[in-house]
Amino acid sequence: MAGGPSLMDSLFQRSLEDLIKGLRIHNLAAGTAAGTPESSTFLSKSIDEVRREIKSTDQQTKTTALQKLTYLHSLYAIDMSWAAFHAIELSSSTIFNSKRTGYLAASISFNSSTDVILLLTHQLRKDLNSGNPHEVSLALQTLSSICTPDLARDLTPELFTLLNSNKGFIKKKAIATVLRVFELYPDSVRVCFKRLVENLENADVGIVSAIVGVFCELANKEPRSYLPLAPEFYRILVDSRNNWVLIKVLKIFAKLVPLEPRLGKRVVEPICEHLRRTGAKSLAFECIRTIVCSLTQHELAVKLAAEKIREFLTEDDPNLKYLGLQALAAIAPKSLNAVVENKEVVIKSLSDEDVNIKFEALRLVMAMVSEDNVAEICRVLINYALKSDPEFCNEILGSILSTCSRNYYETIVDFDWYVSLLGEMARVPHCQKGEEIENQLVDIGMRVRDVRPEVVHVGRDLLIDPALLGNPFIHRILSAAAWVSGEYVEFCKNPFELMEALLQPRTNLLPPSVRAVYIQSAFKVLTFAAYFYFYPEEALAASISGVGESVHNGWCEQSSDSVSGQTVTFSEPDEGFNPRMLHQPQKDASGNDGKKMISDLEQVSSCSVKMGHFTKDCLVGMVNLVESTLRPMAGSHEVEIQDRVKNVLGLIELIRQEIHGCLVPKEEENDRGELKACEIVRVMHDAFSEELGPVSLSAQGRVPLPDGLELKENLSDLEAICGDFRIPVLSSFSLEKPRSLEKDVVTVSDQQNEEECEPSSESTSLLTEHRKRHGIYYLPSEKKEKVPNDYPPANDLSMQDKVNDEVDYLVKLTEKSLVPKKKPIAKPRPVVVKLDDGDRIHINETLPELKEDLISDAVQEVLLGNQAVASSSRTDKSDKSSNRRSRKETFRPLESNADSTTVEIAELGNKNSRRIKHRTHGKERSHRSSKKATGESDRSDRPNSSHPHGKHKSRQRADGMENVAAESPVIPDFLL
Amino acid sequence: MIKAVIVMNDQGKPRLVKFYSFQAVEKQHELIRSIYGVLCSRANNVSNFIKVDSLFGPDARLVYKTFATLYFIFVFDSSENELAILDLMQVFVETLDKCFHNVCELDIIFNFNKVHSILDEIILGGQVLETNSSEVAKAAEEISKMEKHANSVTLVPSISGWSNR
Repeated sequence: MAGGPSLMDSLFQRSLEDLIKGLRIHNLAAGTAAGTPESSTFLSKSIDEVRREIKSTDQQTKTTALQKLTYLHSLYAIDMSWAAFHAIELSSSTIFNSKRTGYLAASISFNSSTDVILLLTHQLRKDLNSGNPHEVSLALQTLSSICTPDLARDLTPELFTLLNSNKGFIKKKAIATVLRVFELYPDSVRVCFKRLVENLENADVGIVSAIVGVFCELANKEPRSYLPLAPEFYRILVDSRNNWVLIKVLKIFAKLVPLEPRLGKRVVEPICEHLRRTGAKSLAFECIRTIVCSLTQHELAVKLAAEKIREFLTEDDPNLKYLGLQALAAIAPKSLNAVVENKEVVIKSLSDEDVNIKFEALRLVMAMVSEDNVAEICRVLINYALKSDPEFCNEILGSILSTCSRNYYETIVDFDWYVSLLGEMARVPHCQKGEEIENQLVDIGMRVRDVRPEVVHVGRDLLIDPALLGNPFIHRILSAAAWVSGEYVEFCKNPFELMEALLQPRTNLLPPSVRAVYIQSAFKVLTFAAYFYFYPEEALAASISGVGESVHNGWCEQSSDSVSGQTVTFSEPDEGFNPRMLHQPQKDASGNDGKKMISDLEQVSSCSVKMGHFTKDCLVGMVNLVESTLRPMAGSHEVEIQDRVKNVLGLIELIRQEIHGCLVPKEEENDRGELKACEIVRVMHDAFSEELGPVSLSAQGRVPLPDGLELKENLSDLEAICGDFRIPVLSSFSLEKPRSLEKDVVTVSDQQNEEECEPSSESTSLLTEHRKRHGIYYLPSEKKEKVPNDYPPANDLSMQDKVNDEVDYLVKLTEKSLVPKKKPIAKPRPVVVKLDDGDRIHINETLPELKEDLISDAVQEVLLGNQAVASSSRTDKSDKSSNRRSRKETFRPLESNADSTTVEIAELGNKNSRRIKHRTHGKERSHRSSKKATGESDRSDRPNSSHPHGKHKSRQRADGMENVAAESPVIPDFLL
Repeated sequence: MIKAVIVMNDQGKPRLVKFYSFQAVEKQHELIRSIYGVLCSRANNVSNFIKVDSLFGPDARLVYKTFATLYFIFVFDSSENELAILDLMQVFVETLDKCFHNVCELDIIFNFNKVHSILDEIILGGQVLETNSSEVAKAAEEISKMEKHANSVTLVPSISGWSNR
């Protein structure tokens, strides 16, 4: 009892039905396949049963056991690799049910790594030769799903025989199986291909359908090889009335036409005819697809296709609508008109309940975008985004972003509008495109000089909204906003307000990296404010000379109208925040308003600046605010934050000294003590106002590796080297280098960038190296990364002397180099800085490796070899041996091949009629096939071809086939 | 080429799984779960396509159709026509209906083998071979007749074997 399965097992064996019932009972409670322990114990119990029963010598018991196992394997993912041998055993059963069970198990569970698979070879061969068509069909089904190269090789002769089966039922299955065999054993092409081609003329639609399906798959992989068969396909295209066949033939032509333009002229008419005539949507759609993908040069056809697409779009069936939109998307690059004509439908589809349709419509809408309508379209889309679900919303935002930024924002004329759109996107509730918006904000800020005031304005609007800080998806955008506000602070209308926004308490919701950007921006703002205070005339002059007047007006106006309230609010930023928010809009309005106001304000401001007293109050207020907010963060564990906070605090200390020195002796300028801090402020301001530009990706490659730089050596070894450079390092801290280099720098931005990453003289300090490396790739953080290395902590008094010595010189140089830069470019579309080379990543066009396609090689050999027969029969009939060698060893160039195709196509009309005639008197297989061999390429001079000769040839060819020919006697005349 | 045919119910339980290129069963079931995840979130009156590039590769398309409690799912590549596959699905269901007389989910659950043989008559190795439901039904009937015939023959020897002991 313990050993094999007993009789009782056989008698009371659970059938598959019992098993299923049991599973259902146990699973009903559970709900999932692997649900409750109860169901899984039932499952494992059943498997144990199967393991026992499958060893039974009784076929019936064994069959049932295998059926159960197959069921569990297929639907419950139970392993059955251990039962492979049992499947093979049953497949050899004489009982049909057992055989079927064995084959089904094999076809479901076997794969190329199943080791016993070769044991199946014999049984498959036997069944392929069986007289029972259902057995043959079982074997074919199994072979098609588990075929291995070995099986394919061994069973090719049987398949070849079956390709000529007189039962259509078997024949078409054999044809479908041949496809798999070709893939795994390309040599079989040489044996079977000819018969496939012959069957293209079969009268049975089922067989033609199967054949065309096979050719469709083959042509998908390597269409060129099948060009010579174009006439056959053309005939089917014209004659067939079966939609399945026509669809497949259309698919084949879609692949062939791009290779041979003249083919397009022939097929376009029949395709249009089908498109006009057919009532079947599937065929109509296939015609449309073929036209829009492969026949776009034929205008009439495209027009017809566009008409039909329109019909699809107006259908109620969402499938047709979806496909119609797809076709429209395909036609868009060639005939945008077609899309524009259907604009209404497309826009309406954006609000369709079907996700597919929405996405497709969105793609189409983006295809319609041009300079003229980009604003309008984006407006519409943003409205849709606001209404739609998060997924689609982000899809919309993403496609707006990618379309608008395409090719350096080529569709954007009005950058002010685009930047404000970016700001608007950040406020779309589901927005998750923070990173992309961040990149674009910074990128536009750097590339488009004219738009900077608007960038700053948008950045400010984002920064002052405390609600945005709570949304983690927006943090990246805020980081960009903070960066642009700091970098282009000279355009800021109200630095005080900006400073408050940068330091608002809710910034503690930000991740440290973004917070560091905030603090760095605060640093820049503070520097700017201090500079403005210490050098009011210069600041004003600079601003009037180009940076933008309104800025200064805003600056001063703000100072004058809200100083009184501000000093209070500065000390308590939390409460002070909201009132100012409310206050804001009016101020904006006045700042933005008209040019007339500007001139007025200019006067006011210039006097008020000269008087300087409110500016001082503001500065004190600002300093207090910054200090009270940042002081507690000086102990932050985040190094990025701590570092920057320390910098700011140092600067504050310095400024404070100056202010106090300034306060006591009122209105006294240029005290000796004051000078130092002022100069530092000036230097820093100048450094900050140095422009950052986009950096070429190849920039780093142009940085020469400094001599003596050893990155891989042990650090202790480096010490000696670094020691030598200690002094140069210090001097680079004093900003000598960037400034002295700036002298040579022209305003071209990539040169400028180069300069930024050029080594500061021989400064090989690792710090500098590090900055370079990171500065290049992280544009938004470039400044902040760079600063801690390049600038002295402001409270480092020991360095001030050195700084002072060089300041004047540096400032002069800076002025020189900056003046031309600041000229605004007066053009309708602002200049977008582009780098000549390597600005964006060039995706290396990896040429698809020309894998040796064995199938197409073999196909070519068969088809071309065939031509060789024909041509030899025409030219030299005696030189057989040389002919044979040439057939085997040389391939004809493809061009000649294509030519012959077109010749044939040109004669299609005549040929068709002729072919029919021939068929009537060519009933015998041998007779017909011989005609076929010659007819393939020899149609024009048929009289010349002689049957015996062709037969002879082919036999010689077949002798060349090694083992296959030996095994099957049928093969010798396969070429006929 | 058709890559897979899957029938599952509205609970996501597979009822028929046929992949035309080998996939490990675990992978098959993972794919089925992913598909179900998308399917069950779709409304009724929407198009029958799902994007499955991430699951089956760049060229793959998926068409499904709901019949009562069952999802019929076909995955295929660019050499098939989407609408034709929808028609094929109809053929498959019609055939099932002919073979089981008013087919329901239970028929498919309890006739694992027969459903497979019906499908095998329609599709072989990923190629569509027969689109006439009557032809398919005829072939499927012949096969089950042969099976029954075989069973009745074998039943006798097994019983006689028992009585001999």
